[in-house]
Amino acid sequence: MSEKVLMKGNEAIAEAAVAAGCRHYFGYPITPQTEIPEYMSKRMPQVGGVFLQAESEISAINMVYGAAGAGARVMTSSSSPGISLKQEGISYIAGAELPCLIVNIMRGGPGLGGIQPAQGDYFQATKGGGHGDYHNIVLAPNSVQEMVDFTMQGFDLADKYRNPVMLLGDGVLGQMMEPVEIKESSSTPIEKPWAAAGKRGRAKPNIINSLFLKANELENHNLHLQKKYALIQENEMRWEEICTEDAELIVVAYGITARIAQSAIDKAREEGKKVGLLRPISLWPFPQPPFARLAKTAKAFLTVELSAGQMIEDVRLAIRDTKPVHFYGRTGGMIMTPIEIYQEITKILTGKEGK
Amino acid sequence: MTEVLFSRPKALLDVPTHYCPGCHHGIIHRLVAEVIDELGIQEKTIGVAPVGCAVLAYDYFNCDMLEAAHGRAPAVATGVKRVHPDAAVFTYQGDGDLAAIGCAEIVHAAARSEKIVTIFVNNAIYGMTGGQMAPTTLVGQVTSTSPYGRKEEVAGMPIRVSEMLATLDGPAFIARVAVNNPANMNKAKAAIKKAFELQLSGQGFCLVEILSTCPTNWGKTPVEAVKWLEEKMVPHYPLGVYKDVQEVGK
Repeated sequence: MSEKVLMKGNEAIAEAAVAAGCRHYFGYPITPQTEIPEYMSKRMPQVGGVFLQAESEISAINMVYGAAGAGARVMTSSSSPGISLKQEGISYIAGAELPCLIVNIMRGGPGLGGIQPAQGDYFQATKGGGHGDYHNIVLAPNSVQEMVDFTMQGFDLADKYRNPVMLLGDGVLGQMMEPVEIKESSSTPIEKPWAAAGKRGRAKPNIINSLFLKANELENHNLHLQKKYALIQENEMRWEEICTEDAELIVVAYGITARIAQSAIDKAREEGKKVGLLRPISLWPFPQPPFARLAKTAKAFLTVELSAGQMIEDVRLAIRDTKPVHFYGRTGGMIMTPIEIYQEITKILTGKEGK
Repeated sequence: MTEVLFSRPKALLDVPTHYCPGCHHGIIHRLVAEVIDELGIQEKTIGVAPVGCAVLAYDYFNCDMLEAAHGRAPAVATGVKRVHPDAAVFTYQGDGDLAAIGCAEIVHAAARSEKIVTIFVNNAIYGMTGGQMAPTTLVGQVTSTSPYGRKEEVAGMPIRVSEMLATLDGPAFIARVAVNNPANMNKAKAAIKKAFELQLSGQGFCLVEILSTCPTNWGKTPVEAVKWLEEKMVPHYPLGVYKDVQEVGK
């Protein structure tokens, strides 16, 4: 495919994965991401791949562990409550340093929550999520096209760093349709000499493992992981800036919220208000550099999220609380309108002008 | 002139194991390794270790191995086998791992008839954590979490895994064996070999349940433990073949 086609976000992720050479998918149905397993169940047999509907999200992520450990390019997908179930396996995957793609199309929580879009899993996605000191690489698309592009890039990042990559979307992105181009993937499958694929002439067995019973060995393993995470932070921070050069107020938002914020900023700009958008794309590693720079020029920040305020902690940390960081959020599947964000912008700017 | 009559199987690494004196894991490891040797499949064998006493099995088998989370070995093995359909894939699991926390995984691997072999070591207790009650613990059996003996009204009856899984259409072969004497060891090895052969010929899911001792946590000598296995475990867990795809239609 090289022309633009109209696709639903979830289906676009699935087709992009196939284009990127993923031939193993393990998953379990949950709204609002079920189109991914449905699409894969149709598509994988056409390309000689494996689609397997597991008995639970726990089993699905452990099948991913097995397939990734055996050397395959592999993925799973779910939505918030299902991602919680996968956390045990994700911790093991991070510990054993296995590459894979995990898609979370977020819905409202906590608990069973609802099935409407939300961004309440930011902490879970970016701070580890399971037990132990580890990080997923977390990419947050804000369009169906980015869901395609980041799916492809996600597999490459996973292979490059032997690390789980999470594509963090939400119910809006998963369900909405946009024109997309699914290009031929430029990625080439890399050799995985470490995989447990059978010795097949190799002198020593390959072992996929996260168990280190000796404390000094476990610490050394952790130090090795931390070194890798530092390298990822150095190489893979991604963000987008719009109209930030002269902005007095920086709106910070990711994913679908950034699209809504963009409309509010456009309206404010039309009225001459100096507002810009800083959109973190890699949520981990969190893109520190633009925050450090803009903290010197902007007067304040406004973090907008479909949660009660999670990313705001990273924003405050990134600017070391040198400027006020305001927050506006909706939760539970309620989605803010551009006008709501515009009103927040106005309130903050007016408050400043009044001083 | 000398002739080697008995030596370490190639599929076992030349290292000491951590298993307690009188524990049957060592015998069972050896039988699995002998079968791998005899079938000439060491180079394409991929094992999945459990959480429990056999957690370090990857240090003992001379083949590629993955260490799974507690109970998840059948799911991990499913992922491996779907990537390498030509490989001989086996899980090695205890009764806490397989019959408690991993019940969903083993039932559905069996139901899908995943072409893997599960070596299920049943010693009626949690060994690695120091002797707690397992789903397979016998009624009246004293453990560190059933200090007054397992009571049916509190903890229910012990699960017979082989019988339960044999009710499914999926499995190709299910047998319960023991390694308490040389004759039974030979039968156990024959069952393990058959399970691997059926996997390799694509017949489907195979499970060999092996009754095993745990002298340390049973509070018995190795000799007493074998006697207890014969007198207490075998009556509740009868030895035999519970499913054999080759017998169907004969």
